[in-house]
Amino acid sequence: MSDSTTSSKELFGYVAEFESAADLYHAAEKVRDAGFKKWDVHTPYPVHGIDHAMGLGKSWLSAVVLAGGVAGSFTALFLQFFTQVSLYPTVVQNKPTNLFTIPAFFPVTFELTILFAAFSTLFGLLVFIQLPRWNHPLFESELFKKFSDDGFILVIESRDPRFKRDKTKSFLEEIGAGEIEAVVV
Amino acid sequence: MADPTTENLGVHPSEAEGVAREPLVLNNRSLGWVTDRICGIVENRQPALWWVLFVPSVALFGCLLFTLVYLVSTGVGVWGNNQPVAWGWAIVNFVFWIGIGHAGTLISAILFLTRQKWRTSVNRASEAMTLFAVMCAGIFPGFHVGRFWMVWFLAPVPNANAIWQNFKSPLLWDVFAVSTYFTVSVIFWYIGLIPDLATLRDRAKGKLAKGLYGFFALGWRGANRHWRHYEMGYLLLAALSTPLVLSVHSVVSFDFATSVVPGWHTTIFPPYFVAGAIFGGFAMVLTLMLPVRKIYGLEDLFTMKHVDFMTKIILLTGTIVGYAYIMELFIAYYGANKYEADAFHIRILSGPYKYYYYCMFACNVIIPQFFWFKKCRQNLWIVFIIVNFVNAGMWFERFVIIPTSVARDFLPGQWGIYNASWVEKLMFLGTFGMFMMLFLLFIRFLPVIAISEVKGVLPDSDPHHPEWEALRKKRRAANKNA
Repeated sequence: MSDSTTSSKELFGYVAEFESAADLYHAAEKVRDAGFKKWDVHTPYPVHGIDHAMGLGKSWLSAVVLAGGVAGSFTALFLQFFTQVSLYPTVVQNKPTNLFTIPAFFPVTFELTILFAAFSTLFGLLVFIQLPRWNHPLFESELFKKFSDDGFILVIESRDPRFKRDKTKSFLEEIGAGEIEAVVV
Repeated sequence: MADPTTENLGVHPSEAEGVAREPLVLNNRSLGWVTDRICGIVENRQPALWWVLFVPSVALFGCLLFTLVYLVSTGVGVWGNNQPVAWGWAIVNFVFWIGIGHAGTLISAILFLTRQKWRTSVNRASEAMTLFAVMCAGIFPGFHVGRFWMVWFLAPVPNANAIWQNFKSPLLWDVFAVSTYFTVSVIFWYIGLIPDLATLRDRAKGKLAKGLYGFFALGWRGANRHWRHYEMGYLLLAALSTPLVLSVHSVVSFDFATSVVPGWHTTIFPPYFVAGAIFGGFAMVLTLMLPVRKIYGLEDLFTMKHVDFMTKIILLTGTIVGYAYIMELFIAYYGANKYEADAFHIRILSGPYKYYYYCMFACNVIIPQFFWFKKCRQNLWIVFIIVNFVNAGMWFERFVIIPTSVARDFLPGQWGIYNASWVEKLMFLGTFGMFMMLFLLFIRFLPVIAISEVKGVLPDSDPHHPEWEALRKKRRAANKNA
């Protein structure tokens, strides 16, 4: 398939299948050490420790969620103090409406903190991983589709500066890839 | 290990006798088997039993719609509640359903944080159960407000009266707690579904199925640069849901505990309600999952070990609930508050609803004690019968707490008796129809077990420990030939 490229089509990259999680793990270490940047592994489940094998650090999604939670707390406090204390003090059962109302405002503050944090997790995640994206060159590959069943897939993209049409293919064979498919778009 | 396949191939160190824990997935199953078995439920024709359950569920759901239309078009008088018992079955059923939801979040969030890996094969179905139970719960207070079309007054938006909600009211806290709980549960459930939707997308034959699963899978590619954020997001949601689930039933209990009605005005309510919710919820999870496991042949994924753990949790929480019942009685006696003492005297000895109390105590405290015996925990018929007693017992508990207390207030002149009307009864049955209908549709269209999570706990999925790789290889080869 790789050799049938016409001039109008461009090589997106190589899709390589590995036999097991362990094989993929070691292959990832070698690809990392070879200095590739535009590559990824595609697995049916998150493989333990492969972040390290790929040279990836901690995900800072947590910072987004913290910010969302703090925003939720302040929104709730503003909503309650503004409407209950400053705009229209609602005096019910002789309970005060001032700074000392905080205990009664606590449950709503707590709930909105969680709500905002949860929404920032969802939307932060989608921004971080740049999804939804329904169309992707990799979906053209039949081999690639095994990732959602039992395939351990490694993809090196052609836009990587170290990518060489033949050399990269033989490199993948060297590090233990089984089937290799070139994806053209 | 007893299984012949494993014996021939040698024993994985994590499964060796002595050190051994029973594996989470039995019979040396491969990644591909997990995909096929779980997706097969969605892709193959449903068994006849599915239709046998689905048709009556839809009929009951129709009854629910009918009673709601009848209620709105005729007026709130068609319900049996009035002064002094303004909170009748509607609020009993609300607390009943919302409590059931709690087991789903406990399994998906708290057991995730505590690294209980066995949760992977139950969490998807129990989270779905949570959502459906909260939907059923929401119907009751929504219509209990009287004028359903004014329910938007609960939301903090400016309205024509220029009056804002009373944020010091536990009822408003409840609005925030329950709606947040539902929203966060949906987000948690959906994020968990994304990889599995991608699996269904890649296997789908029909154009419509491919399009729909593909749309909701958002173009998931299983990339590790995605997984690492995904895992962090999942962990964060678990961490957020854990205090949330504990807060929801606490806030529900505030509806009662912050009032001055004898029998409601007690500080034990929040922990007592939360324990009861988890207790009742686990019973409902088992009620749903035991038949699912049998009908769809999921015995290797939802093993006897799962049943054992879950019945133990039911035993524990049931015993906490029993402790709370007895402590309530003790404080009523010891607290020297004569109204409180009288409320409990009426509740268990002289009142009109004392048989509800006896049913509650028998179902929730005495019957689950059978789970001390391994024989009872391992016999699925016994488990199924006991958990259904628990389901009923938790409904009785809410009835004992809610109408019993207001039916006998401070002044004998305010005393009254409450009987549910046929509309309330049919409506409650109708929510069971809705619950079952939604759950059956969930089984039909979505993976009932979290595929990607179960794959992660197979011995084959471990990339470390090269000394086991030879064995893993042997097993993979055996699976391929089989």
